[in-house]
Amino acid sequence: MTKKILSGTLLDEQVHLSLTEFCQACSSGTEWVIELVEEGILEPSGEESSRWSFPGNSLSKAQRARRLQHDLEINLAGVALALELLDEIEALRSRLLRKEHLNE
Amino acid sequence: MDYKDYYKIVGVDRDASQQEIKRAYKKLARKYHPDVSKEVDAEARFKALGEAYSVLKDPEKRAAYDELGANWKAGQEFRPPPDWGRGFEFSGSGVHAEDAGAYSDFFESLFGQGMGPQAGAGTRQGFNARGEDHHAKVQVDLEDTYKGASHGISLRTPELDNSGHVITKNRTLNVKIPKGVRQGQKIRLSGQGSPGHGNGGAGDLYLEIEFRPHSFYRPDGKDVYVDLPLTPWEAALGATVKVPTPDGPVDMKIPAGTSNDQKLRLKGRGIPGSPAGDIYVVAKLTLPPASSDADKEFYKKMQQDLPYNPRGHLEV
Repeated sequence: MTKKILSGTLLDEQVHLSLTEFCQACSSGTEWVIELVEEGILEPSGEESSRWSFPGNSLSKAQRARRLQHDLEINLAGVALALELLDEIEALRSRLLRKEHLNE
Repeated sequence: MDYKDYYKIVGVDRDASQQEIKRAYKKLARKYHPDVSKEVDAEARFKALGEAYSVLKDPEKRAAYDELGANWKAGQEFRPPPDWGRGFEFSGSGVHAEDAGAYSDFFESLFGQGMGPQAGAGTRQGFNARGEDHHAKVQVDLEDTYKGASHGISLRTPELDNSGHVITKNRTLNVKIPKGVRQGQKIRLSGQGSPGHGNGGAGDLYLEIEFRPHSFYRPDGKDVYVDLPLTPWEAALGATVKVPTPDGPVDMKIPAGTSNDQKLRLKGRGIPGSPAGDIYVVAKLTLPPASSDADKEFYKKMQQDLPYNPRGHLEV
């Protein structure tokens, strides 16, 4: 028996989600997502919240934020700081890997 | 099943105060949180830590655990004593570490199935509620992202049966892995989560892509790294050598005077996309062994004819 092949949506930077879709995707309430935007953790395009559009790859960021907030009991300002520092470490690591003796 | 030493996992003595346990837990939780730590076993350690803390932070569970005695060693074959736990009443539920799998068999044998983090999941739905979303990781090969592929994946979903017991349902889905997908990206399958209640639609299934470790390719974002062993003469004189890529081998020109750990770029041969990533080939100089007498003679000749001091800058 051959099973049907399911095609999903790849949530990369090309895909955009509205506030409602985004909340549904991270199983959270609107208020929490608005807090993330106010804290600068998420940066949707669009002026008012009804027109916000979130790139698909920001979903992982929201989920990371929630795990950090929940598991380590830190407030959103602390989460924002942790995420920025983690991103910076990640970027530095990548740069180090790339720059080390790179000679084309 | 193996005995788990919860005190050792949290890193405190058996007579530690609740305050000490809390402090020790918090410190380790920050260290091993999978979103923070780069250690390979961070996730497993964080789970074990959560399990240990859920017992030790709760005076009732801690007392019951202590009742087992101090003579057990971590990893020792364990059976709960037949009269264990009598007279204890457990009220709290487990921790709520999101995405944590079920607790260990050891935990379940002591505190019962109903106490783990998955208990109660999916039961707090109102009537016309949308079904819950599910999240799972799917391991794919690096080659899959070059060509696109479809994968049969098995999922285990805890569900409540008619009498309210948690049962695990297995299901298999055949899922298309899109070309150009990268580590950590998510694929959303609409309607493949839990069924909804009343008029609510089904939830979605989110699959997080994880590359199966490869014996020589190391993906980093869109780029792929591969170590390429070279002979001293190839590196010194330059050469054209075959380099593997997930798309098949290519001929690569090694410039004369290539040094160890030097990175050479194969532009656009990384993970496909617009733009595609690159492959970084890392030169690894290797020495031919001097095993036979003839080999040794050859090295001696080099020693005589090829004046070279790699330690000049050390001023010794």
